[in-house]
Parts: sequence; C-alpha cells; structure tokens
Amino acid sequence: MSVTGRLREPALAKRHRIGKLFEWLCCGSTWFGVVVLLLLLLSVGWKAMTWPTADADAADRAAAMKTDAPSSAAATSARPLSTRFLTSYDSRIPQKAGIKAALWGSLWLLVFVGLATVPIGVGAAIYLEEYSNEGRWKRIIQVNLSNLAGVPSIVYGILGLTVFVRMFGLFGHDGKVLDLNLGFTVLAVPLPFERSVISGALTLSLLVLPTVIVAAQEALRAVPSSIRTASYALGATQWQTIRHQVLPAAMPGIMTGVILSLSRAMGETAPLIMIGALTYLARCPGHIDSVSSVWEHPTGLLEAPFDVFTSLPIQIFNWVSRAQPEYDHLAAAGIIVLLVVLMCMNTAAILIRNRFQRRTLW
Amino acid sequence: MTLMQSFSELMHQRQQRETVNRSRPVETEVTKLDVRNLNFFYGDKQALFDVSMRVAERSVTAFIGPSGCGKSTFLRTLNRMNDIIEGTGHNGRVLLEGQDIYARDVDVVALRKRVGMVFQKSTPFPKSIFENVAYGPRVAGQNQYKALVEIVEQSLKRAALWDEVKDRMNDSALALSGGQQQRLCIARALATNPDVLLMDEPASALDPASTARIEDLIFELKQNYTIVIVTHNMQQAARISDRTAFFFQGYLIEVDATQKLFTTPTKKQTEDYITGRFG
Amino acid sequence: MSVAQATSPLSIKRPSSLTRRVSWTRAREQIIRAVLFLCGALSLLTTAGIIIVLFTEAIYSFGGTAFFQSVSITDFLFDTVWAPQHPDHPRFGILPLLCGTFVIAGLGGLIGLPIGLASAIYLSEYAKPKMRRIVKPVLEILAGIPTVVYGYFALVFVTPYVLRPIFQTWLGFNVDIFNALSAGIVVGVMIIPTVCSLSEDALRAVPRGLREAGYALGSTKFDVSLKVVVPAALSGILASFLLAMARAIGETMAVTIAAGQQPRLTLNPFRGMETMTAYIVNISLGDTEAGSMEYKSLYAVALSLFVITLLMNVLAQWVLKRFREVYE
Ligand SMILES: Nc1ncnc2c1ncn2[C@@H]1O[C@H](COP(=O)(O)OP(=O)(O)OP(=O)(O)O)[C@@H](O)[C@H]1O
Ligand SMILES: [Mg+2]
Repeated sequence: MSVTGRLREPALAKRHRIGKLFEWLCCGSTWFGVVVLLLLLLSVGWKAMTWPTADADAADRAAAMKTDAPSSAAATSARPLSTRFLTSYDSRIPQKAGIKAALWGSLWLLVFVGLATVPIGVGAAIYLEEYSNEGRWKRIIQVNLSNLAGVPSIVYGILGLTVFVRMFGLFGHDGKVLDLNLGFTVLAVPLPFERSVISGALTLSLLVLPTVIVAAQEALRAVPSSIRTASYALGATQWQTIRHQVLPAAMPGIMTGVILSLSRAMGETAPLIMIGALTYLARCPGHIDSVSSVWEHPTGLLEAPFDVFTSLPIQIFNWVSRAQPEYDHLAAAGIIVLLVVLMCMNTAAILIRNRFQRRTLW
Repeated sequence: MTLMQSFSELMHQRQQRETVNRSRPVETEVTKLDVRNLNFFYGDKQALFDVSMRVAERSVTAFIGPSGCGKSTFLRTLNRMNDIIEGTGHNGRVLLEGQDIYARDVDVVALRKRVGMVFQKSTPFPKSIFENVAYGPRVAGQNQYKALVEIVEQSLKRAALWDEVKDRMNDSALALSGGQQQRLCIARALATNPDVLLMDEPASALDPASTARIEDLIFELKQNYTIVIVTHNMQQAARISDRTAFFFQGYLIEVDATQKLFTTPTKKQTEDYITGRFG
Repeated sequence: MSVAQATSPLSIKRPSSLTRRVSWTRAREQIIRAVLFLCGALSLLTTAGIIIVLFTEAIYSFGGTAFFQSVSITDFLFDTVWAPQHPDHPRFGILPLLCGTFVIAGLGGLIGLPIGLASAIYLSEYAKPKMRRIVKPVLEILAGIPTVVYGYFALVFVTPYVLRPIFQTWLGFNVDIFNALSAGIVVGVMIIPTVCSLSEDALRAVPRGLREAGYALGSTKFDVSLKVVVPAALSGILASFLLAMARAIGETMAVTIAAGQQPRLTLNPFRGMETMTAYIVNISLGDTEAGSMEYKSLYAVALSLFVITLLMNVLAQWVLKRFREVYE
C-alpha cells in the first residue's frame, strides 16, 4: 500500500465527513440568530406598514361611529407608522392613536435614570477599583453585584412598588403631600411617590446600577496603573489622581457602558408594570408635550417627575394586550419607534467606543 | 584591556569633566537620606534584608546589581511608592533630613512632593505637554496660569527639552519620541520642585544619543538635587555617579565611592559582578 | 539647604515638614472616600431591600399577617391548584405556576442552549475574523431587543405563521393562540446571546497548546473542538448555561404576552400556561387591593422566583470560580 493510500483511510474519510457536518451545524446555528432577527424585523415592519385587511370595514365602521367622523377621516393615515403616530396621544380609535405620551415618558425616564445611575454607578466603581484594598468589603460588594445582576427585573418592580410607590405604607392610606416652597413656585411632592416618573426612574436605576457599576469598573481597570503611579509620584493625592488622570482616561469606556445600560432601561417593561404605569394616558408628564411648552409653563419641568407617565414598551404592551387586531399593527409601529430609539443609543455607544480605541496610544 | 582598566579609564575622563563642572567643594557633604536596618516584605516574601546606607545631599548615587535583587524595591521605599502595592510591609527606618518618613504622622503626599520619581518606562499622561508638566504644581495648589507657564518653562529648560517642544506645548505628550518623553517625565518631576530625585533605569529604553542626553542632564541636575539612580549599565554608573551601591539577592553588599567600588571592590561578589562573572 | 533654595527659581513652595497637618485637602480626601463607599454600599442596601420586602410580606410580618402566616408551606408547595381569586376557597398551590415556568424555560433551554453553544464553538474554532465581525454585532442586537418585542413576535408571528401551519394544519394538534411553545421559542432565542458570548469566552480561554497537542495526535478539527476544547472549557460553558436558564426562568414580558394567563398543570406545549412572572404581572394589572391574600400571594411567588434564580446564579458563580482556579 502506498503512502498516499495510507493517508486516505476510509475511517478517516468518515471522520472528516462527520467533522464537515458538525461544522455546518455550528455554522447554521450561528446564522440562526441572524435569520430570526431578520424575520422579527420583517414581520414587525410589515405590520407597522399596513392595517389589517380583513377588518378594514370594521375599522371604518368604528371610525364612522364617532361623531366627528368627517374630520377624523382626514386625521387617520394610511399606515400605522406615520408622523401623525409620533405626534398624537393614545386613542380608543386605533387609526388615531399615537405614541407621543410614551415618547415623552421614556425621555423623562432616561433623564432621571441617567441622573441617578451615572454618579452613583461611577462612584461605586471608583470605590471598588481605586479605594477598597481587595478587602472584605470589596469581595462582599462584588459578589453582591453579580447576584443582583441575576435578579429578575420583575423582582425589582416589586421592590420599587413597595419602597417608592407605597413607601411601606408609612404615609397612611391616602398619602401626604409635601409642599416645597421654592420661592417662585410651590412644588407639591406626593409622599409616597405613587405611580410617578420618579418612582419608575428610581426602580429602573436600581435595576441597571449593577451593570453600570460593572461596566465602569472595567473601564477603570483598563487605565494602565503606570498613570496612577506617575501621578502619585508627583505628589498628587488619591482623589486628585482619580479626578485628573484616571477618570478622564476611563471616561469613554464609562460612557459606552452607561449608554448601553440606559438603553437596557429604556426597553424594560415588567418593573414599570409592577409600579402601575400601565394606564390609559393621554397627556405628557408635567404637561410638557413640546419644547415650546417648556417656555409657556416652565414649572412643568418641576412637576413632571411627580406626574403619572407611560413609556414606549409599556405603551406597546398596552396595545398588544388589547383585543382588536388594529392594535397589533399599532404595537408594531410602536416597536419600530422603540427599536429606532435604542438603535440610536447603541450607535452612540459604538461611536464613542471606536473613537476611544483609535485614540489610545499607550 | 581588562574591565578594571576600562573603568579606571572612565573614571579618569569623568574627573576631568567634573573639575570643569564642579561648583562646590566636596567636603561639605550633608546627609540627605539615611536608611537604617531596612527590611522589606512583599507579603511573606522578604525582598530587602537589613539595608543601611546614607545618601549625601547633591550627589548622584547609583544602584547596581543583577535583575531581581531589589534595587527598584529599595528605590521605591525612599518615597513610599510601595505603599500603593497591597500586602507590603517593612521594618527599620528611612530618614529624610532626620525625619522618619515612615513615622505615623507623615503625609505621603508631602513626602512625594519632596522626593520625586522617574520611571523606567516613560509614563506621560495622555494630555498635552503643558498639562503634563503643570500637573504637579496644579495638584499642589498652584492655579495661577502665569505662574504655571513660568514653572513649565523652567522645568522644561532644566530637563533640556524646552527648545524641542516650546512651539508645540499643546500637542499630545504621547506624540513625543521615547527620549523626549523620558525627558518630559523628568521635567514633570522637577516641576514639583523636589529635592531628591529617584530614577529607576531612566535610560534603559532609549537609544545611545538619548541616553547621553539624559546622562548629561543628570550631571547638570546634581548641582541642585540629590539623585538616586538605578541602572543596569555599569559604564553608566561609572560615568555619572559619585557613589555606587551594589545589591545582591536583597542584600546591600557594598556601597562606596564609585571610583573605589569599580576599581578595588572589597567584596568578592561585587568583583564577580562588575567583571561580568555572573548577573 | 539654603543653597538649594537660592538656586531654585521655581516658585512653588516646598513643604518643609513632612508631618500631616489638618487641611482642607486632607479632609476632602476622607469625605470623598466616605461618599464613594456609600455609593458602593447602595448595592448592599438594594439586596437588603429586596430581602426585607419579600420576607416581611411573604414569611413573617411584624404587625400584620404575611402570606405564609395564613397559608401553610406544604399547601403552597404541594397543592396542585392555583386559584387565588376563588371567592370561597382560594387555593395557593404553586405547582401549576412552577410547571408553566419550567416547561417554558425548558423549551427555551432546549432551543437556546445547543444553538448558543454551537454558535460559540463556530465563532471560536471555525469562523473567519470577517464572519465574526458580522455575527457578533447581530448577537449583540439580539441581546438588546426588549423582551416585550419578543413577546409580540411570538404572539403575532411565531404562533400564527409557524406553529399553527406546522402543528395544527399539518400534524393535527390543537394549538392555542396563547401557548407555551411560542413563548419557549422566543425565550430560547433570547438566551442565545448569553450562552454564546459567555461560552465563547470560556472556549477562547483554553490555551492554544492544548489544541495543538490535540492536532499533533492526529485529531481532526472536529475531534479537537468537541473532545479537547469543549471539555476543557466545560465549567465556563456550564456556568453560561446556568446563567441563561436563570434568565429564562426570570423572563417576564415575553411569557406574559405569548403564553397566556391560565395556571395549568400540564406538559402539553400547545396549551396556554401561566408562569410565576406572568402571574405577578397579572396581579399588578388588575386592581387587587393592597393587603388582600391575592396581593400577598404576589410576594410569595416573587420570593420563590427570587430564591430559584439566586440559587442558579450562585451555582453559576461557584462553577466559574472553580474554572478560574484551573487557568490562572
Ligand atoms: N509587586 C511585587 N509583589 C511581589 N514581589 C515583588 C513585587 N515587585 C518585586 N517583587 C520581588 O521583589 C524582588 C526584587 O524586585 P525588584 O523589582 O526590586 O528587582 P530589581 O532589582 O529592580 O530588578 P530589575 O533590575 O529587573 O528591575 C524580586 O524577587 C521580585 O520578584
Ligand atoms: Mg527594577
């Protein structure tokens, strides 16, 4: 038997065939995710662009039932997803319903979750990475963080419900109102917070804090320790070193992590449902529904945090759980809006990350 | 020519240079740093064994010895940079002008302002050249821009870098060459106005020309600063230092005037090392 | 000394004494440190908050009656009917909810774990860099899609356009509009990114030398991947499985939307089921009065959910820790 012959054993050929099969299986699995994503986007996009055909008459009838039918006919649009959709409130007539209240609600949540998580998350990360000397505290907090990251979001909802919405029932059955006199206006702070923007934002903040902290820790760890050493050697104190050298160097990484965490918070539904955000709502928090309305009544900015709200995923869930098929299409339009918002945030995060990578020279 | 002879040669060249350069008499030696019976530990592992030595004011002291013998460790005990590493411990005393720098009430920040340090790998901050040099005075509380400009200029001049960078003070420090970066780090250390300057192999990553510039610089700086330098290059030690200390496996084997140590070492290990029999 | 001062032109003051003095800078350092510590300790407070809330409402209430002070634990764990709304005889057997949770998570696992692992193997052993550059972002997008969207996808696409044509029209099963299988499928898709990225990390951490040793013994790539690399990364893979399953069990919106609200003790994936999470959502959607048994049952269910997911997370971390010891 020749050498080449021996190198072509039939058993080996079979093994190669199995190997090839295995590779194809793995490759298929990898593309599975891509295919599902495409299917998801296509089906949502298709739904968002059409009204249900079979029930078109029924929808017409529903619209005609309303007294102001002639004018509303002009207001309805050919597709669920349209500019009208972005600028009108939820409605019992699917063709007139829009997502404005949810957009503003999500914006408020975003602002307050950001305000709460960035300082606390970065502060905690700094403590863990720069101050705690690998001691017991650090270990406890670190283990605790990874456990918190695994707690189902709905459990945070229950925490928020008890702590922020009801405040353990400490303020009686009807609650109290704390009037804060700010000089130019009196701000009424309801205690407990009830179903307000602030309750939702604080709940979401607790939910994403572990991820923000871990991301910030990674960014801090990526700063070479030679920078710290050099700074100490120049007689800088620890805080000066962190403030002037470590934080600026870690900032892009921290921002990336923060934005990704915020985008996760934007998509969270369950905790907000727990705190009772799922209601029919046809107004924006603090009655601020456009930039110009801020000029008209600036106190709305102060009232908004304590006002009721809805958010994009809540509004979507609201529509999904309604029976008429039109609402499925509205939900799809809402999903498109939500995905576009999240996509923008993620793109921002990626852009920051890429810039950072190019700039790093050490 | 044997090694010993080559060292004598070097010494001779140096003396000639020194007579030109010397601005003060040798006799007025003041002890700047006084280390007494220092033991140092990384966790359980002892890195320094009973080290005692004095460093004279406005002199250059070189530390030599094989890799891992504890030179850097010892250098870092002199401005307490080892405090940053967890689990380290020491006993014995280190006196800076008679004050124990490890005493309980010593502020390490104040100590490090007086005992500056330059590292083997140049570590410019990812900021502008100006910001790099101005950083030390800034954290020390100097916020007036005019004063900062003055300090930066003085420091860069002392580090012999001014002419090369004076037109690009706002460029990133990372855009400088390796040798320039190292001189920037020296300028940065000088800006805090220390009186002792510790250098850990400051020229080991540089080309011969940059190395020569740094050596010249050290020679200049000696007039105002007390300099302690770690080097692997024995010719370098011979060229620039007044006194040389030889470390071996955590022990200070021998410390003496450079000329004497290189020509007539008293210990066998020292001789073996400088003649290249090991290390 | 005086010479040094005189020749020094630099205008910054040299501290003459090394001794600490009371100063704003020093005080500030301490204050900042304390504030930062509080930030770090907030996470401990969160955990304490969760435990206290669940404990006082479910196990032992000071002053009031907690859930388990009126319902015995054996009833809760072994009764087979969950009917908290029943006007005369409310029954609180968690088994139907557990069943719903585990059937859906199990279906999700059946789909998500093998696919996730296979993609991890492909990405770490076979894929060219270009392919990785395409697929990794897609997986990241998949991980970033809100769960409510997955729920919608299951209800509006998977059930009517995939499951019903195949299983009802073709094979003759009766597929409810709300069913466990559609929920399981999207949960499976949801956990693919988790499994894939964590497993891939574990696979990539296997030293190159081990692979080369495998090839040197005349193994094919298939042999090396499956018999050398995967066993060597087994603990990391196992941890990723555990974390993914914990996520599947805690998953809320997709299962609430797709699997319905019928607590049902069945293994038939074509029927609607209610999971623990879906039950919690449904209670909070209705106008249940705070203080009623129904309201308290929410905390008992949440406590069970918390304990189960916590155990899985702790187990995963334990496995991961052992794994680290091997490679460092
Ligand atoms: N951070 C550390 N933790 C534990 N051991 C250390 C640490 N740094 C140094 N050592 C040990 O202390 C001993 C002395 O190290 P040191 O860095 O002082 O040597 P060195 O003389 O500077 O060597 P080189 O010439 O290579 O720089 C070595 O055995 C080293 O392994
Ligand atoms: Mg060294």
